Amino acid sequence: MLYVYVNVNTNASMWKRAPMFELSQDHEEFRALVRDFAQAEVAPHVAQWSKDKYFPTDLVPKMGELGLFGLVVPEEYGGSATAEDGPDFTALCVAIEELGRVDQSIGITLSAGVGLGINPILTYGNDEQKATFLPDLVAGRALAGFGLTEPEAGSDAGATKTKAVRDAGEWVINGAKAFITNSGTAITSVVTATARTGTNDDGSPQISAIMIPSGTPGFIVEPAYDKLGWWISDTHGLTFEDCRVPEENLLGREGDGFKQFLKTLDDGRIAISALAVGMTQRMLEECTEYAKTRMAFGKPIGVNQGVSFQIADLAVMLEASRQLTYRAAWLKDEQERGRRSVAEVKKAASIAKLYSTESAVTAGRIATQIFGGNGFMEEYPVARFYRDSKILEVGEGTSEVQRMLIARSFGL
Amino acid sequence: MNIVVCVKHVPDAQSERTFNDSDNTTDREGVDGLLSELDEYAVEEALKLVEASEGEVTVLTVGPAGAADALKKALQMGAHKAVHVTDDAIHGSDAPATSLLLAKAIEKIGTPDVVITGMASTDGTMGVVPAMLAERLNLPMVTYASQLTIDGSAVTARRDGDTASETIEATLPALVSVTDQINEPRYPSFKGIMAAKKKPVETWGLGDLGVDAGQVGLGAAWTKVDSFAKRPPREKGEIVTDEGDGGTKLAEFLASRKFI
Repeated sequence: MLYVYVNVNTNASMWKRAPMFELSQDHEEFRALVRDFAQAEVAPHVAQWSKDKYFPTDLVPKMGELGLFGLVVPEEYGGSATAEDGPDFTALCVAIEELGRVDQSIGITLSAGVGLGINPILTYGNDEQKATFLPDLVAGRALAGFGLTEPEAGSDAGATKTKAVRDAGEWVINGAKAFITNSGTAITSVVTATARTGTNDDGSPQISAIMIPSGTPGFIVEPAYDKLGWWISDTHGLTFEDCRVPEENLLGREGDGFKQFLKTLDDGRIAISALAVGMTQRMLEECTEYAKTRMAFGKPIGVNQGVSFQIADLAVMLEASRQLTYRAAWLKDEQERGRRSVAEVKKAASIAKLYSTESAVTAGRIATQIFGGNGFMEEYPVARFYRDSKILEVGEGTSEVQRMLIARSFGL
Repeated sequence: MNIVVCVKHVPDAQSERTFNDSDNTTDREGVDGLLSELDEYAVEEALKLVEASEGEVTVLTVGPAGAADALKKALQMGAHKAVHVTDDAIHGSDAPATSLLLAKAIEKIGTPDVVITGMASTDGTMGVVPAMLAERLNLPMVTYASQLTIDGSAVTARRDGDTASETIEATLPALVSVTDQINEPRYPSFKGIMAAKKKPVETWGLGDLGVDAGQVGLGAAWTKVDSFAKRPPREKGEIVTDEGDGGTKLAEFLASRKFI
């Protein structure tokens, strides 16, 4: 399932037209399906869920039935990646965008469920680990988290303080993790945590990834955070106190934890970018409708250029965000098939994430302004979206980190 | 067990539905169409029955080119194959002609163990095609089933009335129409979308069914739309001001409209 390329040689001249770039019909049909699902299963409940800060556990298996968790997972684990077509990261972005258009928390639940929960196990797990965890995760019967960030170590993963020490065939883990998505739901089955497992020859800490099943003694899920936004999404701090897991729970090679997490972040950035596209799309829709129906001084407010020009700006931001995001997703799919380089994907991911997320925050600000006093009220969805948007500029690498990476690609 | 499900592609009820000015037929061009929601229950029930035993679900529709979308949705949900009866001469066909085409197509497919339909379409909502089809196929007919079980050579269905329910049985092969109470239709899945592309869809014209153009279409229709008018804008509501006698006024209003 790939993109449609139109590459036409006109008879009139020898000029070759540039390739057109758009989603395939399959992707658009899938988009319609996810939109129907989100409208029927999420939209009617989301205001209440948000108010109650309630994580809708029952929604997750329904998302699983739609195949949302399996878009990049091979068929043998219940996914839809066939030997012929391979993983479809672009389709995952479509799903995240459409869920995010209805609610950002539900969008991030999918994004994190696949990108942080499933992906590390799929990419680095051995056959037994994959067979143990993936089928339930893909079906939406379970969720998994990825414990990287610590109270004193974010993108600076080398500063990881959590320690894992070998003892009698087991890892003994001590430390704390912060802001871990999907780590404390009723169906969370496992959290993969990065930990120092030694020191490299050059004195830097050796970081490894270890899988810690829910319910392991000494694995403490702290109470849910009070957050600015994403109230429906499940986020906890984690504490490990002499937490013991079998030695085989090492994920990937010992000492590769740092490298593994870097790759995880590349995909995650494109996914967050798709989430931002969903937000900007929704803001454009909400503002257009409101500008046409809200009357002031006997006329709809949209007749004023002060309003309509802002909506025009939203449309431009949306189009640009969408193109950047899906080009990055396409590059990622191409790179999986060996046709594009990792460096190209990294750069495109950072560019897309930076622009789309900053646009989404701006879109939230514009929307709440166009809605006036109503924009400050929970009765209208723009307030929730505005709250939810801020984290987009922060999670999976801040805007500053993205600028740093983009600049670095120019040798700066 | 093999099942044929009859489905219809209808104008989306969420959109501005209207008729064609030229011949007073339903406008199927100017609005988005979709698989009639009442037919989703029929597809779901067929899939459940086949999943519980074995066999194939064939979805069948009569309609213009766009009706293929209804078949596609059913295939994405999990139906195994599809038949699309389409011909320019069919335009304007009413229920008797539609049931004739469906019957001929089902005979050509090979009479299945069960024919399942929705209780009505969401556009015409006449609900007569199932009965006409059963008559043409000479099959026992069970309409408005809200629960369905198939055991050996018999189908048992519950039909809910306003004050009581009845359970009736018929021998197979039979035709059953189902209500929107019978199940919760599934969403297609990503795998379903991809798999549907490889499923067989046959397209048959009048010639394939041995039906003469004079038997179908607007000219052969027993019923026709004489005229149509836009729904009048909703009248302003009446506001009852409570001056201590609000309850009485409200009761009087309801009584005047014969609600109480």
